[in-house]
Amino acid sequence: MKIKELQRICLEVRRDIIRMLGEAGSGHPGGSLSAAELVVALYFSVMKHRAKEPDWEDRDRFILSKGHCCPLLYAVLARCGYFPVEKLLTLRKLGSPLQGHPHNLEVPGIEASTGSLGQGLSIANGIALAGRLNKKNYRVYCLLGDGETDEGQVWEAVMTSNHYHLDNLCAIVDRNRLQIDGKTADIMQLEPYPEKWRAFGWYVIEIDGNNLAEVLGAYLQAEKIKGKPTVIIARTIKGKGISFMENEVEWHGQAPKKEEVEKALKELGERI
Amino acid sequence: MKLKSTRDGYGEALLRLGRENPRVVVLTADLGESTRSHWFKKEFPERFFQMGVAEADMVGTAAGLALSGKIPFMGSFGVFVTGRVWDQLRVSVAYNNANVKIGSTHCGITVGEDGATHQAIEDIALMRVLPGFTVIVPADNIQAIKATIAAAKIYGPVYLRLGRASLPVVTKENAEFNIGKAEILKEGKDLTIIACGVMVCQSSEAASILEKEGISVRLINLHTIKPIDEEAIIKAAKETGAILTAEEHQVMGGMGSAVAEVVMENCPVPMKRIGILDRFGQSGKPEELMREYGLTAENIVKEAKNLLKRKTI
Repeated sequence: MKIKELQRICLEVRRDIIRMLGEAGSGHPGGSLSAAELVVALYFSVMKHRAKEPDWEDRDRFILSKGHCCPLLYAVLARCGYFPVEKLLTLRKLGSPLQGHPHNLEVPGIEASTGSLGQGLSIANGIALAGRLNKKNYRVYCLLGDGETDEGQVWEAVMTSNHYHLDNLCAIVDRNRLQIDGKTADIMQLEPYPEKWRAFGWYVIEIDGNNLAEVLGAYLQAEKIKGKPTVIIARTIKGKGISFMENEVEWHGQAPKKEEVEKALKELGERI
Repeated sequence: MKLKSTRDGYGEALLRLGRENPRVVVLTADLGESTRSHWFKKEFPERFFQMGVAEADMVGTAAGLALSGKIPFMGSFGVFVTGRVWDQLRVSVAYNNANVKIGSTHCGITVGEDGATHQAIEDIALMRVLPGFTVIVPADNIQAIKATIAAAKIYGPVYLRLGRASLPVVTKENAEFNIGKAEILKEGKDLTIIACGVMVCQSSEAASILEKEGISVRLINLHTIKPIDEEAIIKAAKETGAILTAEEHQVMGGMGSAVAEVVMENCPVPMKRIGILDRFGQSGKPEELMREYGLTAENIVKEAKNLLKRKTI
């Protein structure tokens, strides 16, 4: 798929996110918007998967470790055809499969329930180990938030991926430098960040995570790395695409109000 | 009498399962030998995963393996594979309904000399509140083998509570084992003793003493705490009019509490729960600790007599 088309989908997905959160009245726009290119590129260009056969055994797997950013994943899955786009507006409503944090038993295409931070990479390791045991060629992708990597379990999992030389695994860190209480540098210093991953035995790729060409290039490069896991540290802008949300920490976990939804959609090119 | 531990039963069953089902994989967090997982490792090295001293990651990895069609058994000490990783069990395993089996060894105070930090006495309470979890406490080595094999045959998370100590065998080799179906070891009409794990042996001894004094005791081995055998419990309440429970666990939230919930809602009768009373364990020899905490046949006999005085029907 051409980059222009992927850009169009990113815009569409960002509009979905805004509409969903506006309708729900709560949720996490900042990290959903920052990671749009990272996830859209996977589902529309990089990964082998079948929307009409979500359990296809040779599919590539995606684990959203930062489960609170599920509006992004729901929008992408719907746009891929896993479920009707209209369902998106049921986000966080009683009885909806689209829970506030993703539940794999409810939504086709969700590989694992996540939301309690720090657990996704361990699950991804297990799926990668099973792939190797079963002599399958599928790849496993796991998206983490940078703030999420405060969790100790992440570093346990980072050691495991290295110990078992999981080159069928690619972690992506949405390095938007903000977390719920403020700047990651103020809350818990992560730097020297790429060096940490390298010291744990990972191959590190650093990119502008909102630049689709760089994102696609990184995924391609990651596939070629053998004998060790790869992490893509993606520098992104939290709230990307909406001027009043970009780099503003308060948009980590609050939904836009009606007039903010309209303003945001206008910025995203929607005629109202 | 033959002495063997329930953890040995777990290890032996893993070997059998490994031979008959290629989907069975085993994980441990630096406790391969202690959990008897190392026997499986020797025969099936490619299906064995050493996770280092990192239990949280082990739980997630097991969940990932399960979500990919494997049947992972993960072994560690009861304290490390329940409370320490309870949120991982809650979200990565239970909320995913992942087909993960937990071999939780070194449960209870019979761990002995290692003391309180290593004696899981809250684990039944922690595990039975997680939706979808099956909770099994085998009474001896033979039952541990059967329970481990049975755990592999059902879909969904299973918690196997196992012990370190070598103990007398109280169940029969040819006895049926069905998850969720209590084992009636002896019929009786004056009161029912419901026990699990190592307390089945103590309760059996207590029942013999009581019988000699003319008290007819029904003895139930409640090896499955969840799903609980309501029918057997209600029947015992109706027919014997008094229930005493005995477990090597905190009485709060444990097996006795689970039994009390059923009795209270269906057929309230006088009850007495024997177990650990809101204390930590401590170092000592297993048999010394059992005495210190009142987990003995003598204490069961004493409390059974007190309970009989409260009987109304």
